[in-house]
Amino acid sequence: MPDKTVEKVEALPGDTVSTAGVVVADAGPAPDKARSLWSDAWHDLRRNPLFVISAVLILFLLVMSLWPGLFTSASPRDADLAKHYLGKPNWGHFFAPDWLGYDVQGRSIYARVVYGARASITVGVGVTLAVTVLGTVIGMIAGYFGGWTDTLLSRLTDIFLGIPFLLGALVVLNSFDDRTVWVVIMALAFLGWTQIARVARGAVITIKQADYVVAAKALGASTSRILFRHILPNALAPIIVVATIALGGYIAAEATLSFLGVGLGDTAVSWGGDVARGREQLRIAPHTLIIPSVMVSITVLSFLMFGDAVRNALDPKLR
Amino acid sequence: MTIIDEVAGSPAADGSEDTGRPLLEVRDLHVEFRTRDGVAKAVNGVNYSVAAGETLAVLGESGSGKSVTAQAIMGILDMPPGSIPKGEILFRGQDMLKMSDEERRKIRGRKIAMIFQDALSSLNPVLSVGYQLGEMFRVHQGMSKKEAKAKAIELMDRVKIPAAAARINDYPHQFSGGMRQRIMIAMALALEPDLIIADEPTTALDVTVQAQVMDLLAELQREYNMGLILITHDLGVVADVADKIAVMYAGRIVERAPVHELYKRPAHPYTKGLLDSIPRLDQKGQDLYAIKGLPPNLTRIPSGCAFNPRCPMAQDICRTDIPPLHPVTERDGSELVGRGSACHFWKETIHG
Repeated sequence: MPDKTVEKVEALPGDTVSTAGVVVADAGPAPDKARSLWSDAWHDLRRNPLFVISAVLILFLLVMSLWPGLFTSASPRDADLAKHYLGKPNWGHFFAPDWLGYDVQGRSIYARVVYGARASITVGVGVTLAVTVLGTVIGMIAGYFGGWTDTLLSRLTDIFLGIPFLLGALVVLNSFDDRTVWVVIMALAFLGWTQIARVARGAVITIKQADYVVAAKALGASTSRILFRHILPNALAPIIVVATIALGGYIAAEATLSFLGVGLGDTAVSWGGDVARGREQLRIAPHTLIIPSVMVSITVLSFLMFGDAVRNALDPKLR
Repeated sequence: MTIIDEVAGSPAADGSEDTGRPLLEVRDLHVEFRTRDGVAKAVNGVNYSVAAGETLAVLGESGSGKSVTAQAIMGILDMPPGSIPKGEILFRGQDMLKMSDEERRKIRGRKIAMIFQDALSSLNPVLSVGYQLGEMFRVHQGMSKKEAKAKAIELMDRVKIPAAAARINDYPHQFSGGMRQRIMIAMALALEPDLIIADEPTTALDVTVQAQVMDLLAELQREYNMGLILITHDLGVVADVADKIAVMYAGRIVERAPVHELYKRPAHPYTKGLLDSIPRLDQKGQDLYAIKGLPPNLTRIPSGCAFNPRCPMAQDICRTDIPPLHPVTERDGSELVGRGSACHFWKETIHG
């Protein structure tokens, strides 16, 4: 019986095997590039349509928030009361001030939407950065040192986690009269760091038991070197995932707070504020509400998609 | 301080100065771990010493406390749950257990380095090996990145990694097991420490590579005149490399002997059992000897001699009295240098 199989194998492919072998040999030593977790992830991401679409959208929004002048010549603050209520969208006039119509004060909605991107993106990115730094530091300290430090910091995290996010933000922001972008960022970061802290703590606890951390210690590395050179790069993946997904949430939170009147001040150009003002003319001029809302949705969605794609690429379990 | 170190580091000075004083001396070391099932006594009064240029092999099965002793020396024991209730670890005459954390950190890597069992998990996966090797020079000697890289390539050449310059930016997972262990050895050697502790350096490697790595280690040790503590459970690995052997069982040294003496004439039933359980060609067809039973649970070490439940020679006294490490002598009473056995019946064991 075994003889038969051997014969079969030898007889069947015959020449094919040798040619296949030659082809493989011709391909030669494949360029052996360093395939770290990150390069692997990048390789995956480039092929992910979800990632490409969301990345293009985000890039577009970033450019819009940095150089709004590129998109429109109209000012978001120029009010022409002659166009008050009458300014319905002219769908054919692409990128013209009257493309998306005018709001209650006769301001170009297109210009306001373009200029409003800056507030939303600044708040979203700013809160995410602040939250990531704060959460990572607290989580790392708690996870690495353990014991009393961990108990104290973890309970603090739990306390902050117990505060309802929007309610907390309402209370905090209500106590400020002059609500600039920075005040909103600080308020959201103050309440939002807990999730990242928990993730960072968990990752650090796992990684600090790794042999390479013990080895680094045995070869005389200092605590800060172990934390920042050996533990942090390995703990970064889950932190980045949570941060990118949360970013969309912070943009939504800013819009919500502006809508409720405790976000950015009345003079600021922001999508949330425009939605709030648009609500008053919902029946007569629904576009004043719908267009900024759509912008919020697109932005939040693209960041969520982006975060999702990054998570899929960085989490080996989901491959 | 540096001058003294340089003098002590040169081979000539070592010969004259360090003969009376061992490089590292462990005295009556105890290590305990608090667990849910009670206190596990992992190390119960270990004594050993290593001189410069000498190799001490610490032999024992899993859970005999050999690695824990090494971790206590390196100061990388997890405390808690571990604790060192008693004992001294003298490095060049200074008790390391009484030093501050910062002082101990300065000894690690510079004076005492360690090689771990599993080189893949002991190297950081997200940093290139060149970075990790160079880190030793940058951190401890404040070298620039460029200098450190050149040194790293030199080190990789030293441990015989082919095409070192081309592979310096590779990541640990791109190396084979043997090469990884060489990198680990290179990292430990980087600062030319006085003492290297190798914790089962070849266990994770296959047999052909084991011999290469052991030879490399022995060669480098001779070259730098380092002390070496070789922790292993493999009797075959030890024979060629070690000068003396300490056999551990349940956290205690049960036998101590120069390497060839131990193989020729074991003076403890446990050592004898270990040696008898090595497969031999001249015993083809016979059943292989095995030591009966299991190593004791460290939370409930048997009274008396810890080996008594498994010992073929056990008597009543073995169940009541803990045997001290008796000096072992010839039949006529003349001293056998460096030999000791913690058995009430060492005479019967060694002299039949």
